[in-house]
Amino acid sequence: MRSGFIALILPIALTFGVAAAAAEDAGHVKVSNGAAQIERAGQRLPAAVGQAVQQGDVVITGADGSVGITFRDNSLVSVGPDSVLSIDRFVFNSTTHQGNFDSSLKQGTLAVVSGKLAKQSPEAMKVNTPAAILGVRGTEFLVRTGPAKD
Amino acid sequence: MFVPARRKTDVRSASARSLVGLAPLALLLLAGCASRNDLYVLLPGQDGKIGALIVSSGGEQRVLDQPYAAASVTSPGRVEGRATSEAEVRQAFGPALAAQPTRPVSFFLYFLADTDELTPDSKRVVGQIFAEIARRPAPEIVVIGHTDRVGAVAYNDALSLKRAEKVRDDLLKLAIPKVRISVAGRGEREPLVPTADEVSEPRNRRVEISVR
Repeated sequence: MRSGFIALILPIALTFGVAAAAAEDAGHVKVSNGAAQIERAGQRLPAAVGQAVQQGDVVITGADGSVGITFRDNSLVSVGPDSVLSIDRFVFNSTTHQGNFDSSLKQGTLAVVSGKLAKQSPEAMKVNTPAAILGVRGTEFLVRTGPAKD
Repeated sequence: MFVPARRKTDVRSASARSLVGLAPLALLLLAGCASRNDLYVLLPGQDGKIGALIVSSGGEQRVLDQPYAAASVTSPGRVEGRATSEAEVRQAFGPALAAQPTRPVSFFLYFLADTDELTPDSKRVVGQIFAEIARRPAPEIVVIGHTDRVGAVAYNDALSLKRAEKVRDDLLKLAIPKVRISVAGRGEREPLVPTADEVSEPRNRRVEISVR
């Protein structure tokens, strides 16, 4: 009976553990201009100053929009107008500075100042675009992606 | 892509066929094969350090390791290196650069021996430091207290936490909107200046305020 009881409890505990980890804030919005939203689990939240950003969020700006986010590892990430940036993965151990920061710029412009993650390991930070994968060695960089204008 | 018109009386099957005709185009777009306007630029670091950006696209790789070195990608695998300038970068990335958050920073305050009272020097600058913190939007603040090595470890743990909490309480009086503050006491474990035990060292009696 006892092992059956544990088998029942364990999956529940695991589910809660994963949910808690996923809900941990990856960063916070520090700058917000114009039309700027965060898409989370199918819902759109205003990307207002102070808004938490989590793994899985998608940052979306309109024609007059821009957003600046400071992440827990001190990475600074900002997007310009008409941009879509997906925060695919953010894991950061504040003691060891190990983890991963993967994001995808689907369209638009992006400015990045890498933080403690990229300093700790050159593999830790990646930015994907529809056409390329960018690896980061402790640095500042810019990304623009989109179809060529006719 | 040109989809030839068909004479069909059955509307449903005609629209189904035109969708099939569009499928290769959709695949092309999904694969990112359409002509692109991608630009990747390495910036000079503000701390003077130059890192590197490794651009991988369709089996091609290019390493950017000079300030304002850039790669343009017109389709996956077509990576061309070129130089940009600060002026060109401002033009192409102005709003994204303007939206960069203020860089994280740390401040130090120092304390009189065995107290949570600031030294006269720190008292003079604390107002200026607090004003700078208060200017930041939705600041996240970590306050970490430290002691020198005079006294027992457990006593210094408590003293370092008391110093950090004193600074936090003063910061809270500023009523900064959306502020988040956490505190910790590290006791005598992380001296700024390493000393033997029981040595009085003013530089170790400090609180570090990290703000982002």
